[in-house]
Order: sequence, then structure tokens, then C-alpha cells
Amino acid sequence: MKMQILPHQERFRSRIAFGLGAILGIGLMIGERGYIGDTWRLYSEDILFLTVQHIQLVLVSSGLAILVGVPVGIMLSRPRMQRYSEAVLQVFNIGTTIPTLALLALSITLLGIGFVPAVFGLWAATLLPIVRNVFQGLRSVPDYLKEAATGMGMTPLHILRSVELPNALFVIFAGIRTAVAVNVGTVPLAFLIGGGGLGELIFTGIDLNEMQMLMAGAIPVALLSIAADWILAKAQYWLIPRGVNPLRN
Amino acid sequence: MIKLEKLSKVFETPGGGSVIAADQVSMEVPEGEICVLLGPSGCGKTTTLKMINGLIQKTSGKIWVAGCDTDEQDPVQLRRSIGYVIQQIGLFPNMTIEDNICVVPDLLGWDKTKSRRRAGELLELVNLDPGIFLKRYPKELSGGQQQRVGVIRALAADPPVLLMDEPFGAIDPINRAVIQDEFLKMQTELRKTIAFVSHDIDEAIKMADKIAIFKDGVLEQYDSPDDLLARPANDFIASFLGQDRTLKRLSLLQVQDVMFGDQVRVMARDDLEKARGLMREVGHKNIVMVGPRGRARGYLHLNDILDSTGKVEEHYQGLPATVNIRDDLRSAVSKMFRHDTTWLVCVDDEGFFKGSITQRAISHALGATYRDSDVATGAAAEAL
Amino acid sequence: METLVFIGQNLDVIAERTVQHVSIVGVAIGLAILTGVPIGILITLNARAASIVLYVAAIIITIPSIALFGLMIPILSLIGQGVGYLPAVIAVLLYSQLPIIRNTYTAISNVDPALREAARGLGMTPSQRLRRVEIPLAIPVVMAGVRIAVVMNIGITAIAAYIGAGGLGVFIARGISQSDPRQLITGALFVSLLAIVSDYFLMWLQRRLTPASSSSRAAGPSELG
Repeated sequence: MKMQILPHQERFRSRIAFGLGAILGIGLMIGERGYIGDTWRLYSEDILFLTVQHIQLVLVSSGLAILVGVPVGIMLSRPRMQRYSEAVLQVFNIGTTIPTLALLALSITLLGIGFVPAVFGLWAATLLPIVRNVFQGLRSVPDYLKEAATGMGMTPLHILRSVELPNALFVIFAGIRTAVAVNVGTVPLAFLIGGGGLGELIFTGIDLNEMQMLMAGAIPVALLSIAADWILAKAQYWLIPRGVNPLRN
Repeated sequence: MIKLEKLSKVFETPGGGSVIAADQVSMEVPEGEICVLLGPSGCGKTTTLKMINGLIQKTSGKIWVAGCDTDEQDPVQLRRSIGYVIQQIGLFPNMTIEDNICVVPDLLGWDKTKSRRRAGELLELVNLDPGIFLKRYPKELSGGQQQRVGVIRALAADPPVLLMDEPFGAIDPINRAVIQDEFLKMQTELRKTIAFVSHDIDEAIKMADKIAIFKDGVLEQYDSPDDLLARPANDFIASFLGQDRTLKRLSLLQVQDVMFGDQVRVMARDDLEKARGLMREVGHKNIVMVGPRGRARGYLHLNDILDSTGKVEEHYQGLPATVNIRDDLRSAVSKMFRHDTTWLVCVDDEGFFKGSITQRAISHALGATYRDSDVATGAAAEAL
Repeated sequence: METLVFIGQNLDVIAERTVQHVSIVGVAIGLAILTGVPIGILITLNARAASIVLYVAAIIITIPSIALFGLMIPILSLIGQGVGYLPAVIAVLLYSQLPIIRNTYTAISNVDPALREAARGLGMTPSQRLRRVEIPLAIPVVMAGVRIAVVMNIGITAIAAYIGAGGLGVFIARGISQSDPRQLITGALFVSLLAIVSDYFLMWLQRRLTPASSSSRAAGPSELG
């Protein structure tokens, strides 16, 4: 999903995220006897442990997806692969349509229960948008830029490094941002296939009809997701050079 | 400097057929000249240009650049030694203007401080302040500014040869004329050997030392702009150059090529009698009055002073207009029409009287061809 | 093979759960269009309101679905609807807001100013302009937003099986808890097929609704679990 995000909206988003964080913080501090404070006393150990596990799942699976997705996307965009590219794009469009729960279910049938199948399922769900955006980003670099580069005496490797990748960076990063959003949204489901994470508190809370346990999972999950998106939005703004970053002028 | 010999390109079409994009093209661009490859779209001009730096593989034929057979050179090294400018400009959006200009020097492994200094000098050459522009990104520049950077980027590594593919095609007409003028001024100093693709006849006439006209992959005529306009080789070229091709030649000739120099003159203090005598002597009906150091001040018409007496200063009329000897004939004709006159006084930059020019002389010059351009014949001088 | 047998024996259950699934998504998306499109049109009048609305919607879509279900349970429990059909519909409704509002907003505010000028020149009132010019031009883009929302929410509705909403997700949930690969694969297969078929159907519909001369600027489908 390519979102057109205007800079002032970016600032606004960070303000909302900050506001939510502040509310939680205040709730934790002054709500010793309140609902949140109560929940925190009951579940703080679980929350901390599962949050670490949750973040591990995100980092490992999306890290692996980036490590694999970017080179695969680059390979698919090379002229040699041109005649497969339409078919590949179709496959990737279908792939990104498959619900993530279905991907996790298929992962179980292949690899069983545990951390590895969880990471694999998350990795697959994250991989497709990354490959798709790397591929589309590189293909959308105008031909005349490549022609100018070739005409000036750059080798194909030079062109990839100094022209294609830098100019596709914004689209690539948008893909990574979307992919990580998918990943973070799916990680709570990892508990279902034995991968751990904060989903444990949510699903167990639903099963046991235990509202506080449910909240102890749902609130941190929501906050983590918003924080992850905020961090990536900031990274997208600051890491991508001004010349090719439509958010900065 | 650039020499093509029986250069051909055959494209295979998906249907199994083939298209001849360039057919046995032979031509030579001498050192320091601008050759414009001109023709309608699909005529093979761009294909020919791109074969020179190997962006398009030639099917057969030979290309020499700076005396070397390009078949014996590594294409990548070859391209680094040839400046290349494209219509879309192709500045890299991810690089600052400085880095864009230094692309080829960096590829060649030049010293960074040296190439960065040169980038600044080149920007000054096209009237862009290095202090402002070096660190900017392409998207922060106007189209015309980008185009200037595109040209100096091709000059950065000081290549002897430049290939330009409709380099000013994407700019509005006013800016285009300014950039063309700037470029021609640069070229008088740099003396690069340039192959330049254009589909604009007026641009070709303005820029070219030689024009190569293409049609269906065939080089139809290769001549100087004036020869081309004066003697198109066939009907296609004549119609491509347009009905007004004779008028187009007006911008190729300067006033000093056509004017009558060493004209008789009078001074303010001279008697009218002397003026009448001079006019009768040379057979002209007008005479120019000059100031003490020779600047054109006014004129006398023979019929006005036939029976008058006195000094020239009591009877002269002001000049409606003068024309600089280095103006082209186009502006001279324009001034004649504007002031409803058939002759103009020609002056140099300081206003000194250098001669005069008549409509007859101009039309005679256009009727003649370049080689026998000895146009100052007696017949043409009649109007004076 | 076992799975094929299972599918053959349970066609009626599959059909029933597919209908449940489609009903949740269909009702919620219908409501989302009824709310999102007017909101998208209204916020074209005020840039500040637009950025606030779009950002609240963006924050909502960032929250993982199971967390959103979890957050809604205590609230909806107050009216005795903590689990089941209602929270699923509400979640889908909320998640659909961003793509639908954003695409409506983008489409209306991107209508060629020359067209707007021409409409005014013809003497149309603002509401006539909206009805006759801006909305018809915006339909393909809005449809693209609907398509994104539908595909995304077919996946989210699958997860809603865990809060007792029914649908094809039930096969997956039971498959996991009973370690039954037949149910797992059946669920994964049919929910994926439903998403793919809907995507293609809506793409076809989007093309049908796009005037031949104008092309939609919309993004493709997305997938936020």
C-alpha cells in the first residue's frame, strides 16, 4: 500500500502517538489502585517477558524478510528476468491477498508448532510486500536515467548502486514499512502456533473470559504497533536523502 | 574527429520482419564543429547518434572517434570519454548538483577536490552561482537550470567529443533561445566536436556548422546550413526545410556580409553644394551626415535639397533607425519594414558609420548562393 | 488427499461458514461505505479536519486486529455483546475507514480544477457539481479503496473466529487446537480463495466503473492482519 503522507500529517501522527504513550504512562504511575495499575501489578512480569519475546519475533522475522526480500526483488528486476516479470507480479499480487492467518496455518502444516514455524509464517507474510515494492521501485526508475548513466560510462553494477537503488529507495522503504506493519499486526497470532509473544495474554484472556489478562495483552500490543509505525515513519523521513524523498522539500 | 563509414542498423521486429533504422551512413564531423542530425521522427538520427557511444549496437560499418576505431575500445571507457546529453536531462535525483556534475570525473577516479572545484567553475560558466546551486538537488532547480547543469555535466571530464540528443527539446521557446545562445558562446571558447540531434529546423540552422538531413535511415544531404537552404538536394529536403527556407537564410547572414562599405559622407559644416556633388558623383540619392569622429548623425535626400543653399546642418534629417553590422539580416529586414524604408545605415558597436544596406542587396544576397556571395554589385546599389 | 475427502464431506459446513464470512465482511463494508464516503467528502472542505480524521483512521488500522477485538470486549460486554458477530462487524467497519475515507478524499480533492471550473461555468451549484461531476469521477478511486478494505478484512474476519464470530476462520482455529491438518488446510485454502476471488471480482468491477478515458490513481490492495 503506497500511502501518500504529507509532512504535516506526519507531525500530527507523532503527536497522537506521543499522546497515547503519555496517557499510558500517566495511567501506570497514578493509577496504583486503578484498573490499569491493578492490571500492571498482576501481569507486569508476564508483560515484560512476553513483550521481549514479541519484539524478538518482529525483529527476527522482518529482519530475515528484508535480508531475503531486497536481493530477490533486485534479481527479479534485472533485464534478464524481464520476460517473467509480469507473471511474477501477478503471483505476488495473489500472494499478498492471502490472509496472514492462512499463511500461519499453512506454516503449521509444513513445520509443526513452535518458534521456527511462527517465524517462518511471519517471514512469508512480510516477504511478499517487500519483494513486490523492491521490484516495482526499481522498475519505476525512469529509463532515461539509466540511459544517461549508461551513456556516461557507468557499468550495470554502478547503475544499480548509484542510480537505481537510491532512486527506488523511497518505494522500497514504503514496502518495508507496509511489510513491518503486516508483521507487527500478525505477531500476536504467533502464539497460536506456539511462537509466544503478547498474543498469549490476549487469547488466554478471551478463552478464560479474564478481562484484565486480555487488556494486559491488547494494550501493549496496540502501543507496540503504533510505536513501530511511528519509528518507521521517522526513519523514512530522516534516512532517505532529500533529493528522492517526497516527504521532504 | 567523429567519422562514420557505411554505418547501418537493422532492428528485428517481433513479427519476424526487420526495420532498417540506419542505412549505410557515412559522414565526418571535423574537429571543433557542431553537426546537427536533423529529420522527422523515426528517420534514424537518434539511432545514428546512439551508435556512436555504443548505446545501440551497430549492425555493420565503422565508427572512429578522435582517430580511434570504436570497435577496439571498451564501450564503458569509450562512453566516459564522450560527453552525453539527453532530452530528459537525466540528472540523478538522488545526487546533489555537485555530485551530478562530478559523475564522470568520479568514474575516472579524478581527485575529488579537483573535480569539485571544476564543478563550481562549470556552474559559473552557465551563470549559476555555485554557492547557491552546488549543494542543491535537481528537483529544486527550474527546467532551464536543470538543462544547463545537464550540459555542463557532460563537459565535466573535458571530453573532446559531445553527443547531444535533443538537448534543449524540453524547454519553453524563450528559455531555449537563451540557452542556445549561452551554449554557442561556450562553444566558441571550448571548440568541442559535437553531434547534435534535433527535429527543429530553426535550431539546426542556428546551432550547426553542418547539418545532416536523414530520411528513413538514409543520410540525404550533409552540408552547411546556408548551402542546404540555398540548394536542397531533393524535393523531400526542400519541403522539410519549408516554403520559407529562403527567409530562414536571413538569420544566417550578418549585415556586414551584405552592406556597402566605404560610403561617401558629409559633415555638419559642409556646404550643400558638396553634398550634391558627392551624390551625383557616386549616383546615390541619399548621403549620410557624420559627426566629428565619424558617428552617423543624420542624412540628406537629393530631392529635398535640389534648390537649397546653406550648410548640411541646416537641412539634415534624423536617421529613423540604424542597424549594427553584426546583426543578422532578419533584424535588418524587420527594421526596414517597421520604419517603411528600403535602406538602413549600418554602424558598429560604438555607433561609427560603417556603410549602408538596401532591400535590393538583401534579396540579391538571398537569391545568390553562399559561394558567390560577392553581392555588392552595382545593380543592388541603385536604391541608395 | 485426506483433506480433499474432508472437503468433499463437509461442503455444506464450508458453504455455511463462507456465507457467515461474507456476511460479516459484506455488512461491515456496506456500513463503512455509508459512513466513510460522506466523511471523505466532508473533510475535503477543511484541511485540518482532513489530517485529523485521516490520522485517527491510520492509527486504528495500525492496531493489530486481535488487540482491537480484545480492547472492544470489555466495552461491548456492557451490552452483552463482548464476543460474536457484533465486535467482528465493528472491527471490520473501523479498519475499512482508512482506505475508504482516504481514497474518497484523494479522489474528490484531485478532481481536475479545470473540470470544476467548467462545471461552475456551466452554472452548476456546489451540490450539483458534487453529484454530477465530482462523485462520478471519484467512483473508480473509491472502489479501489473498497477493494483494499474487502481483501484486508477477509483476513481479519478469519481471526474473528477466535471471538466466536464464526466464518471460515473456525476451520483454522479448530485445526490448530485439535492438531487437525485437514481442517487447517481447508480453512487456509478457502479463506485465501475467498480473498483472491473477491480481489479479482472487485478489480473487474472497478474497471467496469472506470470511464475509458480516465485511469484510477488508486493503490492496489493491501494486507494488514
